[in-house]
Amino acid sequence: MVKLTIDNREVEVEEGATLLQAARSLGIEIPTLCYHEALSPYGACRVCLVEVATGKRSILTTSCTYPTWEGIVVSTDSERVIKARRFVIELLLARCPNVAQIRELAEKLGVKQSRFKTADEECILCGLCGRVCKEIIGSSAIGFIDRGIERVMETPFGIDSEVCIGCGACAFVCPTGVIKIEDIKGYRKLDIWHTRLELAKCKACGNYFAPMLELNHLKKKVELSEEVFHLCSGCRRKRLARELIKIETKPGE
Amino acid sequence: MIKTFNDLERIIERLRTERLAEKSRITISSGTCGQARGSLEVIEEFQRQIRKQNLKDRVTIKITGCHGFCEVEPDVIIRFEPESKKSIFYQRLKPEDVEEIVSETVLKRKLINRLSYVDSETGKSIAYLEEIPFFKKQNRLLLGNNVFIDPTDINDYLALGGHTALQKVLSQMSPDEVIEAIKQAGLRGRGGGGFPTGRKWESCRKAEGDIKYIICNADEGDPGAFQDRSLLEGNPHSVIEGMIIGGYAVGASEGYIYVRNEYPLAVEHVGIAIKQAEEYGLLGENILGSGFSFTIKVSRGGGAFVCGESSALMASIEGRLGEPRFKHVHATEKGLWDRPTTLNNVKTWATVPLIINKGADWYARIGTEKSKGTMIFSLVGKINNTGLVEVPMGLPLRELIYGIGGGIPGEKRFKAVQTGGPSGGCIPEKLLDLPVDYERLTEAGSMMGSGGLIVMDEDTCMVNVAKYFLSFTMDESCGKCTPCREGIKHMLDILTNISEGKAEERDLEILEEIGNMVKETSLCALGGSAPNPVLSTLRYFRDEYETHIKDKKCPAAVCLELIQYSIDEVKCTGCGVCKKECSQGAISGEKKEPHKIDKKICIKCGICLEVCKFDAIVVE
Repeated sequence: MVKLTIDNREVEVEEGATLLQAARSLGIEIPTLCYHEALSPYGACRVCLVEVATGKRSILTTSCTYPTWEGIVVSTDSERVIKARRFVIELLLARCPNVAQIRELAEKLGVKQSRFKTADEECILCGLCGRVCKEIIGSSAIGFIDRGIERVMETPFGIDSEVCIGCGACAFVCPTGVIKIEDIKGYRKLDIWHTRLELAKCKACGNYFAPMLELNHLKKKVELSEEVFHLCSGCRRKRLARELIKIETKPGE
Repeated sequence: MIKTFNDLERIIERLRTERLAEKSRITISSGTCGQARGSLEVIEEFQRQIRKQNLKDRVTIKITGCHGFCEVEPDVIIRFEPESKKSIFYQRLKPEDVEEIVSETVLKRKLINRLSYVDSETGKSIAYLEEIPFFKKQNRLLLGNNVFIDPTDINDYLALGGHTALQKVLSQMSPDEVIEAIKQAGLRGRGGGGFPTGRKWESCRKAEGDIKYIICNADEGDPGAFQDRSLLEGNPHSVIEGMIIGGYAVGASEGYIYVRNEYPLAVEHVGIAIKQAEEYGLLGENILGSGFSFTIKVSRGGGAFVCGESSALMASIEGRLGEPRFKHVHATEKGLWDRPTTLNNVKTWATVPLIINKGADWYARIGTEKSKGTMIFSLVGKINNTGLVEVPMGLPLRELIYGIGGGIPGEKRFKAVQTGGPSGGCIPEKLLDLPVDYERLTEAGSMMGSGGLIVMDEDTCMVNVAKYFLSFTMDESCGKCTPCREGIKHMLDILTNISEGKAEERDLEILEEIGNMVKETSLCALGGSAPNPVLSTLRYFRDEYETHIKDKKCPAAVCLELIQYSIDEVKCTGCGVCKKECSQGAISGEKKEPHKIDKKICIKCGICLEVCKFDAIVVE
């Protein structure tokens, strides 16, 4: 265990936790945009900034990446922290003035509108989609290309991805909802990644339900009987229910 | 293969004797800069003349890296005896000068006056290198050997006592003693940050881990800075020797030189130097029979400025996207592939053998109290003697710019000097007596950086300068963190508005606020220092910004949207040259009558200003 001070409270937390994890476990709210508990911390969006004092020195740093170290004094709501968070969200609000999540967070932090020249982007470049694709799915179908203000999340060469399995994890973690997935006429379309994947038909009901590649990927990862993979979630549930009922009404019991 | 310490000593002794027996030596500077100015043609002509006049046995031609005096390249140094205290220096050479040099100077020992350097202050020509103020006033600890070494021949380095520091370390010193020497010397990181090198090594030595790495950062990317290139091209062996010593000190057996691929000659020379060191057994297994092993690999960078940042650099070596990461745990504990890593700049590594050979006390006597040793500056911009200058820390800017640099060309007035590249700031005339070291530059709102010094005269617009550097950092920001990516863009938007007369007074406050906040909230040092050119020009040249905003005028007549071209009717003789040259047909007038510029058509290209012989074009 490690002893440190957060917002004037002396606390003891598990070794190896980040400041963000420690603060949240104490019920202290810190906003985040590029953080997801299942993924490695990235420290890019900068809205989770906190002030950390070690000895005489005090720095602003991202709580999602900073380790809990013995004896440090952390402030999550000092004037300096609030000012910094407001600045960062004002920048993001100028970038994405029409993204609801950004507008909500800005309002929460007391920023009504940005004084800077506005654009109309939907992506805040938090990188969550790329990280989930690499770290959890293992596909690395997308990554950042270009630099600075030109930076975008893309597939290699901006063409259809050879390794995307169409699982949709990217859309699931996206905080702004810019990644859209559409299933039509036997295909899954991920226009943002220029990718179209064939869907598999459910062996029971005949409906299209998941990309073939995703099923193949799951087969390698999850130990389940072969036939389960050919059923859509609805039919899978029905089948399971039937089996349960059969077990419960076994003759002789 | 040199297998023992004694063998190395014998070889060095033999090479020394060989070189002492040399007759006349012609040394031609041929780094990238020299080659760009035609050194290869000059070399070819020298070789032809030597063959033609059958002088092969009497004259040695030495092709070296950059001699540092860019302004006058290609240059040649002629010595008649190896130990001679005076060497003839000819400059701005063309192939057609060579025949005369060989027949007159080399054979008859006659000086050719027209090829000598002319001092801009006194107007006198100076025949000998040792007497030229540009060289005389320097203390060329690192650069000095560039004029003696053919970088593709390790024997030249050995003949000068190269690798004797390595020998001393391996045969007489423990790793802790080496670290102590570096600490005592007070050496600080020459990449710009100025972190104490000895302390860095010590923490890497103490870090747990069986595998550790040494990295040489040669990803020099500041506009106007080229000292690392010059060292790697001209004396790569000194960098390699420093790295091997560093490896021994921290307990690493593998090193990387991360060099940008835009430096092809540096890449080539480093490659050759490593190969030769390997052949001699100075790199590889069991170096000089000491039991210590060390290898060096070259990793070529793709030219992203941000890859000069240590964590981005390491990501790039690992084959990942070159973007910085948080550094709560230092690279000395978890660096390259999460192993303890010591990363230093080219100049830092090249300094190490000097400290070992000449002693920590000797080194600590050079420089100021907190900044020891010498620093190489690249003196560029509006300056007479463009080039690389190496001086002790603490030398006042005035001495650098006027004493060594020869002052500002023409009758122009000094306005500011930009130090530290895009991370640094502009220092005004009133601070010209500032002694240059890490602390003073930081206090002045700038920084040492990699040692770039860009001199600006009265024709420079400070808003335009800030805009230039910010466009650079905006292009080079990796885009990972919000403040650097978005903030710099907004700063540039405001600066553009100012330069176009579209800004309001409150924009200056917003500009300053964004600048301070980008510094405060960015992930790495790129964003953490990118606003410096803006903040420092706001600090020292605020009135110039205000003139742009309030009066819609650019005092230096640079910002196109705020200037207008017209013709002085009194001065204009009606010669018609401007009318002929104007690509837009904006100038009209009868022959021998004053001409006029139609401001609606004029695109302010400035060609009329250039061609007018009567000073009749007015820009305001």
